Amino acid sequence: MLTIKNLHAEINGKEILKGINLEIKAGEVHAIMGPNGSGKSTLSAVLTGNENYKVTEGEVIFKGRNLLEMSVEQRAKEGIFLSFQYPVEIPGVSMINFMKTAINEQRKYRGLPELTASEFLKYTREMKEFVELKDDLANRQVNVGFSGGEKKRNEIFQMAMLRPCLSILDETDSGLDIDALRIVANGVNKLKTPETSCIVITHYQRLLDFIVPDVVHILYNGRIVKTAGKELALELEEKGYGWIKEQMGE
Amino acid sequence: MDIKKKYIDIFESCAEQFRKFDTDFVFAKRNEAFETFKINGLPTAKTENYRNLNVNDIFSTEFGSIMQAKTNIDLNEYFKCEVENMDADVILLSNGKYYDNNKAVDGKIIICSMKEAQQKHREIFEKYYNRSASTFGDGFVNLSTMLADDGLFVYVPKNTHAEKTLQIINLTHGFGNKNIIKRNLIVLDENSSLSVVVCDHTLNSSSNFVIDTTESFVGNGSKLTHYTLQNEPDKSSLVSSHLAEIGENANVESFVLTLHGGIVRNNLRVRLNGEHSDANLLGLYLIDRQQYVDNYTLIEHLVPNCNSNELYKGILDEQARGSFMGKIIVHEGAQKTAAYQTNRNLCLTGDARMTTKPQLEIYADDVQCSHGATVGQLDEEALFYLRQRGISTKEAKLMLMFAFANDILMNMHIEPLKERISNMINSRLRGELSECSNCLLNCEGGNCKA
Repeated sequence: MLTIKNLHAEINGKEILKGINLEIKAGEVHAIMGPNGSGKSTLSAVLTGNENYKVTEGEVIFKGRNLLEMSVEQRAKEGIFLSFQYPVEIPGVSMINFMKTAINEQRKYRGLPELTASEFLKYTREMKEFVELKDDLANRQVNVGFSGGEKKRNEIFQMAMLRPCLSILDETDSGLDIDALRIVANGVNKLKTPETSCIVITHYQRLLDFIVPDVVHILYNGRIVKTAGKELALELEEKGYGWIKEQMGE
Repeated sequence: MDIKKKYIDIFESCAEQFRKFDTDFVFAKRNEAFETFKINGLPTAKTENYRNLNVNDIFSTEFGSIMQAKTNIDLNEYFKCEVENMDADVILLSNGKYYDNNKAVDGKIIICSMKEAQQKHREIFEKYYNRSASTFGDGFVNLSTMLADDGLFVYVPKNTHAEKTLQIINLTHGFGNKNIIKRNLIVLDENSSLSVVVCDHTLNSSSNFVIDTTESFVGNGSKLTHYTLQNEPDKSSLVSSHLAEIGENANVESFVLTLHGGIVRNNLRVRLNGEHSDANLLGLYLIDRQQYVDNYTLIEHLVPNCNSNELYKGILDEQARGSFMGKIIVHEGAQKTAAYQTNRNLCLTGDARMTTKPQLEIYADDVQCSHGATVGQLDEEALFYLRQRGISTKEAKLMLMFAFANDILMNMHIEPLKERISNMINSRLRGELSECSNCLLNCEGGNCKA
């Protein structure tokens, strides 16, 4: 699904990613953990095409195609979804209009007919149920006045609506209480299929109790320094990031 | 030639014609205005309220006579407005002249030309005409008193509520560069209501200059809704002034929408003369190319316990330039005033320029007032968020622009109009609304027959 080779990226002339290598197969869940400032969010920004970041070296192949040549929206239409760490409030844009436009643009891209208003509403209702979204977020303006938990649940709702093949969850657990975390994780798990993959970026083991990863990577100082199974997350939780720093000889 | 001298000459050469159809009252007002004009002339770059507008730009064109010929074309046949199907009584003004389309309008309401009103409805006319305009001190408004050829008169009697919206369509058409000068007078007697939608449309491709002054008087317990939709070609110039005098327990909602225009200057003065009245003042300008839009507003709280809420927003693309100058004066003794003013702007390119100057003058101590102005760009983070969901950059920008404009719609109170105006804004932002898209004339390259 996704192959990252020797990826280097910088922002404002400062190199953040210093040679990332990563291989994600269809159906896999990869967790990326690491201390603050290690480059986790930069990686998600680069994968989604954020123009503030400049790729200086390396390549990213997504479903056999060069991802780095694609625009932000094309990547999205190809099936890359980012659950934002800080979802943006967009006053004046309704959730309904936003989702309807997004879905129909994606459907057009895939050669599918646009959903009619009633098909869309029906689908919205189903997806709200699917991710246990009870409150009427859909009638509100995008993220405006949402609590931290609501914002994250809204991200998962959008993920359910758009059905991406590669989801990147950027610190989806931050700001969530344990119940909200469970609902969000349930949503992600229910959306998992053998054809979809997931990158879970997190500081803590806690989220990984609910979304169980196949592989855990530790990102440190712009590089992946350790890769192992889900037990790595537990080890990290116990020993802390100091342990990694020691291992890196710092 | 010197502009001031030119209009002095025009007045002197037209005075005899004016004398023929004017009542003594109106002719006297013209002469008063002429005396003022001889001293003050038109605003210049040194006039504080006009400092962002280069008046000389308007006069780089030679205009035809200010006296407009009566049209012999059946305008009803040709003209169809964007806000069509609106349940409205439609009044056409052809180059500033009242165009009698023989359509029945709500019987109790008087609607006629200014020429007719000064004779037939002399008492009402003389009670109100020029009462507000003469105190405004604006060179163009004064010029309209001096030289107006015709215009529209509307009188809503006591305890009368106009059921239908009154749609006034100002058509500018015909060959040559027109200089159209007109005066309108809207009077709402006590406990009455009226909503007016004024649509400015130009059907020729000439460089026209329209000076349009409206005085409105809103009696005690009355409600006036006044929407102006401006859609003019790039070569046109327009100075549109609305001077409103508000009584007690009255309500006025004003909205000025500029969708296109070469040089557009809007003056709005609202004077709250009676207690417990509300003024809701909205403005939206969506301009591009080399268009220039200038909004000057003056809200005066003369008595206690009134509210005014002003929200003007603008989106400037390409090399468009804009200016907003808004002043609120809370006069001495106008306690418990609540006055809010906001002006927000989006400049989509580095070449677009916006100047904004909010001002508050408060001479009372128990008031709630605020003002604020911003000039910014589209929110990059929001744009990225929308694009990350697969929405194209173009569509995402449109969504954000529409959301920005939507704030104005949220503050509008006439539901059926809101939806139509929303559609107009949407198609304007999409670049689908052209100057001629709203007329049925067979235009080729903008050369209309009318």
